[in-house]
Amino acid sequence: MSINNTVKVALIGNPNTGKTSLFNQLTGLKQKVGNYPGITVDKKQGFCKLNETTKAVITDLPGTYSINPTSMDETLVLDSLLNEKNDTFPDAIVVVVDIENIKRNLLLFTQIKDLRIPTILVINMVDQMDRKGIKINVPLLETQLKTKIVLASARKRIGIEQIKAAILDYKNLNTAPISNITDRIDKDYFTNLKNAFKEFPLYKSWLLITQIQEFDFLSNQQKALVLKFREDISCIKRYQHKETILRYQIINDILKESFIVDTSKASDLRGILDRILTHKIFGYVIFALILLFIFQGIFEWASYPMDLIDTAFASLSSWVKTVMPPGTFTNLIAEGIIPGIGGVIIFIPQIAILFTFISILEETGYMSRVVFLMDKIMRKFGMSGKSVIPLISGTACAIPAIMASRNINSWKERLITILVVPFTTCSARLPVYAILIALVIPNKAVFGILNLQGLTMMALYLLGFTAAIASSILLHKVLKINTKSLFVIEMPNYKIPSLKNIFYEVIEKTKAFIFGAGKIILALSIVLWFLASNGPDTFKNAEQTITSNIKNKDISTKELQKKIASYKLENSYIGHMGKTIEPIIKPMGYDWKIGIALISSFAAREVFVGALATIYNVDSDGENASTIKQRMSAEINTETGEKRFNIPTGISLLLFYAFAMQCIGTLAIVKRETNSWKWPLLQLVGMGILAYISAFLAFNILS
Amino acid sequence: MLKTIANLKIGEKAFIEKLCLENIPLKLLEMGCLPGIEVQLIQVAPMQDPLYIKVNGSHLAIRKETAEKISIVNF
Repeated sequence: MSINNTVKVALIGNPNTGKTSLFNQLTGLKQKVGNYPGITVDKKQGFCKLNETTKAVITDLPGTYSINPTSMDETLVLDSLLNEKNDTFPDAIVVVVDIENIKRNLLLFTQIKDLRIPTILVINMVDQMDRKGIKINVPLLETQLKTKIVLASARKRIGIEQIKAAILDYKNLNTAPISNITDRIDKDYFTNLKNAFKEFPLYKSWLLITQIQEFDFLSNQQKALVLKFREDISCIKRYQHKETILRYQIINDILKESFIVDTSKASDLRGILDRILTHKIFGYVIFALILLFIFQGIFEWASYPMDLIDTAFASLSSWVKTVMPPGTFTNLIAEGIIPGIGGVIIFIPQIAILFTFISILEETGYMSRVVFLMDKIMRKFGMSGKSVIPLISGTACAIPAIMASRNINSWKERLITILVVPFTTCSARLPVYAILIALVIPNKAVFGILNLQGLTMMALYLLGFTAAIASSILLHKVLKINTKSLFVIEMPNYKIPSLKNIFYEVIEKTKAFIFGAGKIILALSIVLWFLASNGPDTFKNAEQTITSNIKNKDISTKELQKKIASYKLENSYIGHMGKTIEPIIKPMGYDWKIGIALISSFAAREVFVGALATIYNVDSDGENASTIKQRMSAEINTETGEKRFNIPTGISLLLFYAFAMQCIGTLAIVKRETNSWKWPLLQLVGMGILAYISAFLAFNILS
Repeated sequence: MLKTIANLKIGEKAFIEKLCLENIPLKLLEMGCLPGIEVQLIQVAPMQDPLYIKVNGSHLAIRKETAEKISIVNF
């Protein structure tokens, strides 16, 4: 029998309710991350087989405390539930609540319930019930809330089958609201509203008029009506407050009868941990140690798999050349595609390690303590305590980091965070730094224990953070944005992290990188290869020109081939591009070959190494597949006869890469997140000028 | 002088007074800060800001500027 029925399910809940654990349990690896039309918020969807003929498409909506949005993520939840034409509009809703925070979590449930969509209530983490001294009268609570309730523990796989059964039976769910709350606010007002939008459930109409955003799915007539109701803003505000107070009253009355907590059983582990982790001295010491440990992981542990990947792809390239017939196709594979894929894969260890740490910190509840600890300090720089997470994530990749800034409610704080995140040393800079440091900084011990190369890397990291902080102070002074917004964060209970959740999170982030930035890197590698192996007439006549030039000299065939290859590169399309910009980049100490790498890394920094690899590979005789470092080290500056990558040029390049905004992926995401070209352009120009000036100064002072 | 959450000492409890709804953001109510509800100050961040409170069964951190808007009455 084939599966031909599909139930669309929306998974909704407060943050920290174990919603993601439940999503992972229901869908397993059958997940995909897409984009909502027009915005970049990740749309997490997964499939779940309900029986032989029916499957559920489950959309994991971002965690929210209320249906009234105060951030971008939350707006999305409202949108998905109001627009019936939206392809994620659910047949059934599963609301997840945490048994320990049931009172506050139920507020969202009562709002959702009023939309008259079939709704199931999942009370999660019931395995904690005995320990916390909690007793629930489920049948009574079901009657009071007019809903189907499933007691579950997503982590312990309790209740998963019951949830599936309840979804399957969604047509029989009660869609009546819990109580007639609108009558208790202002009967006349709501009767009037009801008559204005006869086609909608009353609560939906109320939501339409209480938001500030425009709803595209409404007809022009409906839009006009909405605007008319919105005119009396003070009345709407008053009723919204009244509504919330009434909802809590209803919830309190219900829970009094069906939910009993014996507080004597509560332990104070949380209190003890809080006192240590948010202590004015130990709190910062612990946070600093954790950061140090994370960076150690990114550098030390990741270097082993990265070295392996580097060598593996180098040998794969030369192996392909030996087994395949020589020709354009083989060259495309060996010199374009394989190094291109290698250039993407090499970042996976670092991204995976960083996001493993970050998701552990978030899962345990520690991240909220960091936000609490850092908020006042970050505010001096015009940011929020919540900016700490994007700034740390930025050390892996600016793209997920900028997306992580969405939960910052204040527009100004969020904007500054977005603007300065690209200064943090992302993993795309690391291969560039690593190779330049290895080339120009001597591998010498300093003070006996420290290594000069390691110190340089450390200094570049600090430079990135310093640039981020300095520019945020500047932006804080310059940007005249007055936004009133509220900073409230939940301090969740400490939890032992779930391996499964961490695993899925890391997979998701890595996938996002491979299919986002990775695509650009691979595509550019191929374009680069093409531009380097094709060119105008002078390129096509290369063999002839060289052969006739050296007709009379005694030269080996190998030597001749080398000369031809080098002449070809110089006259290829990319050679011409490099030469065109040479006058501009010469003050910084670069030649046209570095120029080629610079051009290519305006799309993404990491392409620098790949581009040089392609350039010098094309430049060499091809038989000798030495690693990139050896090839670059052998490169000679034809004007001075010295090594091309000496200290002045090396330092100049390091500074250029530390400051310049060379990542199309980041620019695109900033444009979409800020909904304007103004900010990505500011980043591009501002960071570019800073990069040029500092590279210029470094080169001229050092040489 | 009007007493607010910002005046509480660590560990001290009080009731939230009738809120002046005009200048209290909706979100705060939705997170459980309601009139008549017991509130306890759990912890204060270094530099006295933000404040970590327990209200209505939830543990929240709010900035001092917000705390100053929520008036309280002692037991």
